[in-house]
Amino acid sequence: MRKIKEFLIEKLILICGLASIFFVGLIFIFLLKEGLAVFKSVSAFAFLGGSKWYPISEPPQLGILPLILGSLVVTVGAAIISIPIGVGCAVYIAEIAPLKIKEVLKAGIELLAAIPSVVLGFIGMITLVPLVKKVFHLPTGLTALSGSIMLAFMAMPTIVSIAEDALYSVPKNYKEGAFALGATHWQTIYRVILPAASRGILAAIMLGIGRVIGETMAVMMITGNAAVIPKSILVPVRTLTATIAAEMGEAVVGSEHYFALFAIGIVLFVISFAINVTADLCLHERI
Amino acid sequence: MVKISATKLNIWFGETSVLRNINIEIYANEILSIIGPSNSGKTTFLRMLNRLNDLTPSFKMQGEVMFEDTDIRKINVELLRKKIGMVFALPLPLPLSIFDNVAYGLRMHGERNRKRIREKVKQALTQGYLWDEVKDRLPESAFKLSGGQQQRLCIARTLAVEPDVILFDEPCSGLDPISTAKVEEAMLKLKKEYTIVLVTNNVKQAARVGDRTAFFLSGELVELDKTEKIFTAPSDRRTDDYIRGKFG
Repeated sequence: MRKIKEFLIEKLILICGLASIFFVGLIFIFLLKEGLAVFKSVSAFAFLGGSKWYPISEPPQLGILPLILGSLVVTVGAAIISIPIGVGCAVYIAEIAPLKIKEVLKAGIELLAAIPSVVLGFIGMITLVPLVKKVFHLPTGLTALSGSIMLAFMAMPTIVSIAEDALYSVPKNYKEGAFALGATHWQTIYRVILPAASRGILAAIMLGIGRVIGETMAVMMITGNAAVIPKSILVPVRTLTATIAAEMGEAVVGSEHYFALFAIGIVLFVISFAINVTADLCLHERI
Repeated sequence: MVKISATKLNIWFGETSVLRNINIEIYANEILSIIGPSNSGKTTFLRMLNRLNDLTPSFKMQGEVMFEDTDIRKINVELLRKKIGMVFALPLPLPLSIFDNVAYGLRMHGERNRKRIREKVKQALTQGYLWDEVKDRLPESAFKLSGGQQQRLCIARTLAVEPDVILFDEPCSGLDPISTAKVEEAMLKLKKEYTIVLVTNNVKQAARVGDRTAFFLSGELVELDKTEKIFTAPSDRRTDDYIRGKFG
């Protein structure tokens, strides 16, 4: 009886374990099946490198280069803002802050992570967009810059909490060793603790960026959604994610447009996958 | 010459009293061994000397500790730690190459001249009895060295910043007898130029290298005398019991 119970529980857990892989596999297969169909009408080269996205013109022009560049501009902008602030914040929390401030900050960061993206987007639309418009004297505040700033807020909790973990797990002895040699606090942080935690921090950055690339709602609300190749960060752009979200409802099932949106999904999947794998490698190759 | 003196020293961590009324003078160019069972406060005493205890928020101290006639709390803490170096129980190289581990302290204290750095690294590694074993593999990671070599690397790292006093906190607790012998040999040579304070759980080690030996018990200094005296005719019964292994 005990043996049967043992056997059943073991298998049940096995199924739970396999389920996640199974569903990921299914999703990927579905994406491929729907998405690859678009390459019957456009070549992969024209799809990825084409500069015109007019999916409902006759014949449809399906070049996603403007969308890729849109995502890229917004992501790079968000990274430039969130990485220094995020890592700095993590260093402060892990190394400098007194216990009480540390707890308050950590709670604040978690709260920031808990704000739904649509709410952030809404707040951004009301406050940030007019500000950007005013500061840069633009015809519209719905720009890549607005999106970058908003997304930086979303990437920050991920970056801060994972980087803080990495910094915190640096052996205390390294710190004492450096102090015992007469290092100042900053010299210890800069020369010993940061290098020792570098892989974890890199992983934190990658996961933060992963979150930015996959983000849809807030981006759609405040980047202006113009599918043109961006010439600066002060113009409206459209990202890969926003394109899918905005057009999926209208695309006729089985049309080229429909297949193209799935193909965008594949592109996104590949990008996120690459980022997560890189982050994973960073985390696990720790010596 | 008195290098360091502690007068009426009391230390607490939070509410717990760790050291009570300690009076010690440490002479220049001697090896002072501190023995005693665990929890007797010997490591706390050692870490107080270069103010590493300050990193613990609950640390409180009372009394006077003078380093060369200046109160250690009045000396710039980085300068104090440069003058009073420390070697820890576990050999803990920094995650850098062998060369950079030794050069680290130099660079931190502002040395930029590459040639001088190279010379000082060589000198420190030679003093730490490690140069011959590592001279061909300086760019390798310090983690590739054996435990004993790592400990001597840590000694060299401490020597490189040219301290006056070196604190050893159970430096051989994780080492095999041969590595231990090498570290002890290094210590005996080093006392010509440095003052050494050695905390050890190994009573025999104290007998081998110490000029004087102090016996700590539950936060009090029971006895401090010439090593031969402590090990042949201690004046306190408890010292005798501990050395003979009756407790601890």
